[in-house]
Amino acid sequence: MAAEGSALDHPLLIVDAVNATLGPVVLKIGEAIGYEFQKPAAPIPNYMVMVGLITLIITAIGLFIRSRLSVEHPGRFQIVLEDGILAVKGLLEQWIGPKGPQFMPLVFTLGIFILMGNYMGLVPGLMAPTSSINVTLGCALTIWVYYHYQGLRAQGVGPYLMHFAAPPGVPLLLAPIMLPIELISHLSRVMSLSIRLFGNVFGEELVIAILFSIIPFLVPLPMMLLGLVTGGLQAFIFMLLSIIYLQGAVAVEHHHDEHGHDAPHGHAAPAAA
Amino acid sequence: MSKRSLLTTAIVLAGGAFFAPVYAQEAAAATNNSVAQWSIITAGFALAIASGLAALAQGRAVASATEAIARNPGAAGDIRGSLLIGLVLMESLAIYVLLISLILFFLYPFGR
Repeated sequence: MAAEGSALDHPLLIVDAVNATLGPVVLKIGEAIGYEFQKPAAPIPNYMVMVGLITLIITAIGLFIRSRLSVEHPGRFQIVLEDGILAVKGLLEQWIGPKGPQFMPLVFTLGIFILMGNYMGLVPGLMAPTSSINVTLGCALTIWVYYHYQGLRAQGVGPYLMHFAAPPGVPLLLAPIMLPIELISHLSRVMSLSIRLFGNVFGEELVIAILFSIIPFLVPLPMMLLGLVTGGLQAFIFMLLSIIYLQGAVAVEHHHDEHGHDAPHGHAAPAAA
Repeated sequence: MSKRSLLTTAIVLAGGAFFAPVYAQEAAAATNNSVAQWSIITAGFALAIASGLAALAQGRAVASATEAIARNPGAAGDIRGSLLIGLVLMESLAIYVLLISLILFFLYPFGR
């Protein structure tokens, strides 16, 4: 996918500045661990610079709003942030149950990260880090390891692994065919999460770039508007799918006490691939 | 679409595919690699078929969702949530095909 990225690569001021200042440090570290960079002139790829920028912005906003938190006289920004956090908390409680909000840090951060990453593509001078398969694969692998870890922690190693061979409601007789099917479907979740996000953002960018090369004047504007819509939608969907996978891993243990169905409250998980 | 018109379209498309090498030879100024030419044609067809089928399926999903909301406006929030999840999952299948087409167009895995 590196050649696809280079089809849309254009020099960015921020990336050149960061490479000029931090480049030699990264090269030294690379030499120390024996790693050879493909482009010694610019060892930090442009998406890494954008990811660092997102981290800095989120940290700055967090520190700023934390110094101004108030219960009696909340500012406008605090109200907006509280609305967002309560919305995600409601989503978690609706899908996973009362244990839901304990997973909020990673899920909410991932949602904000992907949202900002998608929208950075529309800002001149920046690129969208989620238009690179490296970033989206990182997000997908993070959430995959996280939900498996949470499942192991909630149910114990033995029962969790048994749920691969015999999902609730399936007789043990079918275990030999259920096991490969379950394994493949879990592995395909990584691929589907990463490629869905990457394909949406990169395809959008590609269409806008092609329209720019044909008629640069007013025609790319509707496509950029569509980019706004799909960017927000893809961030929300990534978050929602993370919540659904968490539910599949964590909330199954209750089914012995209740009526033998999957979810303790609310929705039954769809067989999301 | 009636069965007969569907059959007619399929026959016309299949017949057209037999004459494709003629066009490929005319248009291929710089490349003699027929596998590369066929991969480009395949990518175009794959994208068209994937987009068409995905649009059909999403249309059916939206139709039943709006019908359900009309029948039960109180459950509109839940129905809208399910609709959105379903639409995005179908969309992602078309995106997979788009990715394969982009690889065939830009990365020349079968030579140029």
